[in-house]
Amino acid sequence: MAMSRDEIFKEVQDVLVDALGVDDDEVTTDASLMGDLGAESIDFLDIVFRLEKAFGIKIPREELFPAESLMNNPEFVSKGKFTEKGLTELRVKIPHTDISTFKNNPNVNKLGDLFTVGAIVKYVETKLNAA
Amino acid sequence: MRWIWIDKFTEFHSGKSAVAVKNVTLAEEHLHDHFPGFPVMPETLMIEAMAQTAGILVGEAKNFTEKVILAKIKKAVFFDYVKPGDTIKLKAQIESITPEAASTTGRITREEKLIAEIDLMFSHIDQNLAGKKFPEENFVFTGMFESLLRDVLISDAGSSKEASEQNG
Repeated sequence: MAMSRDEIFKEVQDVLVDALGVDDDEVTTDASLMGDLGAESIDFLDIVFRLEKAFGIKIPREELFPAESLMNNPEFVSKGKFTEKGLTELRVKIPHTDISTFKNNPNVNKLGDLFTVGAIVKYVETKLNAA
Repeated sequence: MRWIWIDKFTEFHSGKSAVAVKNVTLAEEHLHDHFPGFPVMPETLMIEAMAQTAGILVGEAKNFTEKVILAKIKKAVFFDYVKPGDTIKLKAQIESITPEAASTTGRITREEKLIAEIDLMFSHIDQNLAGKKFPEENFVFTGMFESLLRDVLISDAGSSKEASEQNG
């Protein structure tokens, strides 16, 4: 059963409303999980569990929200910023995010901004299509 | 301090579900203040009791090698008061468990009546919070909890035959 992007968005919206205690009108495509919706680290795991249940998919560790493995690699991050190599790796690891703005100021502290509602929808869509 | 809010386990299915009971008594001093003339078990302590039931279930699933910390109360809804003389039953189920975390669902009942629904999330802290160091010893699962499991037969997730026979 193929789901349209709107249907996926609606489901993702429900997941985020429950997981983060936000209102559904706050969950827009551009909203970032940490900055706009106030997600903390444990919420990311909660969201992964809920998405797996809602869509019947398996989300491997660090696939949807990779952070540690990238940030702890000195080849990818130097002086608090992503290197060219790091940015290339980001494109490979998180193709569901849009790094076009991020790459102008690739500060590690801004990495969280990449994880938007739209990125989750895109990730789930890819995952469902691959299944 | 004995911060234990369950009396014993009556069922334990490794990696899946567990049932604990708690007998509430007026000998618990806080009930005289909560509230004077109207003693009821604080709802916060019902959450703690569920966190202990579910936390031990999650800990046992990894042979108590992980430090299991309550990370998030996903849901806590209460439907009735719990009073001295009541025996409450806490049933916890593991919904998901991964190397770094676990999520559980739980129901508290008194006889057949639903008292509360409490869903929780636990973190295996050594697997998270990169860069932070925690003490070597497992400060979460100390001997304090051993007696709780003494009377219950821990059955394997795969072969829970004995326990299901025991519990009919």
